[in-house]
Amino acid sequence: MNRREFNHLLFMSGAVAVSGAGLGRPAFAQAAEGGLTAIIQPEPPILQLALNQQTPTGVVGGKIYESLLSYDLKLTPGPQLAESWEMSEDGLTYTFHLVRNAKWHDGAPFTAADVVFTCDDFLKEVHPRARATFERCESITAPDDYTVVFKLKEPFAPFLLAFETSSAPMVPRHLYEGEDYRNSEHNQTPIGTGPFKFNEWVRGSHIHLQAFDEYYREGEPHLTEIYYRVIPDAASRSVALETGEAQLAQWGDVETFDVERLSALPHLTMTTQGYEFFSPVSWLEFNCRNKPMDDKRFRQAVMHLIDREFIRDRILFGLAKVATGPIASTTRFYDGDVKQYELSIEKATALLDEMGLTPGSDGNRVTIDYPVPPYGETWVRTAEFIRQALAQGGINVNLISTDVAGWASSVSNWEFDITTNMLYQFGDPALGVARTYVSSNIRKGVMFTNTAGYSNPEVDRLFAEAAVATSDDTRQALYSEVQKLLVEEVPVAWLTENQFPTIYDNRLEDLIVSATGVNANFASARYAG
Amino acid sequence: MLQIRRIGVRLAGLAATILVIATINFILVHAAPGDPASVMAGQSGATDEKFLAQVRADYGLDQPYIVQLGTYLGKVVQFDLGYSFRQRRDVADLILERLWPTLLLTLTAFTLALAGGIFLGALAGRRAGRWSDTLISMGALLLYATPVFWLGLMLVLVFSIQLGWLPAFGYVSIRSESFSTWRYITDVAAHLVLPAVSLAAIYMAVYTRLMRSSIIEVSHEDHVKTARAKGLTEGRILRRHMLRNASLPVITFAGLQAGAMIGGAVVVETVFAWPGLGRLTYDAVLQRDYPVLLGLFLVMSVLVILVNLLTDLIYRMIDPRLAAR
Repeated sequence: MNRREFNHLLFMSGAVAVSGAGLGRPAFAQAAEGGLTAIIQPEPPILQLALNQQTPTGVVGGKIYESLLSYDLKLTPGPQLAESWEMSEDGLTYTFHLVRNAKWHDGAPFTAADVVFTCDDFLKEVHPRARATFERCESITAPDDYTVVFKLKEPFAPFLLAFETSSAPMVPRHLYEGEDYRNSEHNQTPIGTGPFKFNEWVRGSHIHLQAFDEYYREGEPHLTEIYYRVIPDAASRSVALETGEAQLAQWGDVETFDVERLSALPHLTMTTQGYEFFSPVSWLEFNCRNKPMDDKRFRQAVMHLIDREFIRDRILFGLAKVATGPIASTTRFYDGDVKQYELSIEKATALLDEMGLTPGSDGNRVTIDYPVPPYGETWVRTAEFIRQALAQGGINVNLISTDVAGWASSVSNWEFDITTNMLYQFGDPALGVARTYVSSNIRKGVMFTNTAGYSNPEVDRLFAEAAVATSDDTRQALYSEVQKLLVEEVPVAWLTENQFPTIYDNRLEDLIVSATGVNANFASARYAG
Repeated sequence: MLQIRRIGVRLAGLAATILVIATINFILVHAAPGDPASVMAGQSGATDEKFLAQVRADYGLDQPYIVQLGTYLGKVVQFDLGYSFRQRRDVADLILERLWPTLLLTLTAFTLALAGGIFLGALAGRRAGRWSDTLISMGALLLYATPVFWLGLMLVLVFSIQLGWLPAFGYVSIRSESFSTWRYITDVAAHLVLPAVSLAAIYMAVYTRLMRSSIIEVSHEDHVKTARAKGLTEGRILRRHMLRNASLPVITFAGLQAGAMIGGAVVVETVFAWPGLGRLTYDAVLQRDYPVLLGLFLVMSVLVILVNLLTDLIYRMIDPRLAAR
């Protein structure tokens, strides 16, 4: 037990003792009155969602900005700024019909010209993910004020998934045209089309959003305002939920060990829905360039050594599913019918023996370096557990702790043997999955690419064909095949499909209604009558 | 004339010190492995080469080391703290809006610690060996041994959750824009109590112990014996003859600690979500926001230098012998 855990224990036991005595009641609880106070942590550096796609920016910016489409819990596209859309037979042309009464928060009308400017100019300049998508377009045009036509160079099946708010936030042309986008003064006072407009940001304290009364959907939003409070300490965040000072916490705001206690409180509810679009999969990554990680048998042996149910139950406190392969089970084209690696030291050692990796006099077969991702306790505990698990097979793991910058630079520059990582899926294998395994994405110095250095022409071919196939059946067949192949090859050892708890006030209704959950615009959220 | 020259020399020394500090800060910050571009890339979740190149160009990281240092020092001389490309704002603005909460918190805690420490220490010293001394000494020892964040959490548990008297965190209530001036002040004051007490506790313990031993020491000195022989009352002896002398070690120590307090506020600011410089520093370190980090280091160095000057002045006021020299 380290100091921090010990203190948490001490604090918790204190909390239990005092609350067990039945003293007092939450005193700072605030009446609903149509306003919502939510937690935000860490504080976003900026609210202009097109310039920054970190999680906190997505949470707050998602209320201010909107994109053309929304996605339900099954990732089916639905209307947002586009009320309808169609795709041509050949899969090359997408036509969007925009809502006609949308306005920017400064009162200017939202039109097709804004969409063309955003997708063809602004995002291509500043947004890495959108750039990759819209560079597939041969042209983006506006035949009239409320119609936008995207012509692709070749079919790209997940194109309709590219219009989620943080993937392609619409920005006002009349404010940004001709400006230096990155340093424009308009970035300080974000103007979007969303149901909530920016009012005030007291740095280090809170961000205040107000309902936009000219929002294009009749009768929405229901909430009158949203306060996002910055609360850096995890124990204080729990206190805020407990006392009712905040009515909503999301993503990693609440420590995994605190989730059960808080969700049991009578005024709070917990859900893990609303993260389907992101559906992160965590894994142990191998540097496939180095020995012995370059040998498939070594990687398979590691799969046999790690008890992933233990990680799910004891480290993530049940907030995860054991992953079966590269595609999360919440995403379309998932196929669970793949090779299973049961927990077996015998099978692992047999594989290691077979590849000639024999134990030395100290029982170690090999020593490898593991830079631990510096994203909190969970990752440290996972690393410690993996070190113990691999030791059973004679693999000696050297844990290296660094800060975020050090970790990111050693992983992106391929200076590691193994490490853990977690990547979003962005709703479609072509957007969030292929990037880790295709050899065209081996790019030194760039994070979240194929940093494992795995290269297999067959895998490349399958992913490439699946991305441009227009029929879902064809895509499913290709993705099923690539899943079988990858699970056999183990370029990374998949651990868990991570879930996040959204903890909120019971009285809130229609809060989580889409696959982007707490990052969505909250237009429908309201307090029960 | 001599006096003006002395002040001039001192000011020149200060300017040189600040430049040396700025250079050392720059070298230290840039000596850490890893670069801001990859941190920002990591946090945005997906990236490409163009993005990395853009970030490096923004921060001037594509320039040779010595050119970067030159650019930085050139700006420092012009009192320009630079621009945070991460937050897309001037560093000076970022620091200024956090400076006041930190000063309010640390000055309140400092005053509280000093006043409480001197009072309790004097009390204990005067009653050395009696039960009240034992009680105060034990209390001071206990406070000294308590981790600040734990004390903070306990105070929240008792005063916010159970009793509901004081807010658990924050600088001012939200919706404060509708408050009257008086309501705003009392609201900030209510928010200030718990963090200030948490931050003050450990220093108060130190001053209490220092003051106690110092009072005991002074009480055996000749001039106190003389005063007593003259038939002065005990209260007058304490006020006129003992406190001034006994305070000197406490003031010395307090001067040293005032600097540390500004940095030490990080923990308290985190626990109580207090929007101050400590947290800004912490975030800037994690995010490798070099311009913000350098700006903060510089501002803190200047604050420490100012505090040292102030301590000197106070010292001269309390001990006129120094001013005469």
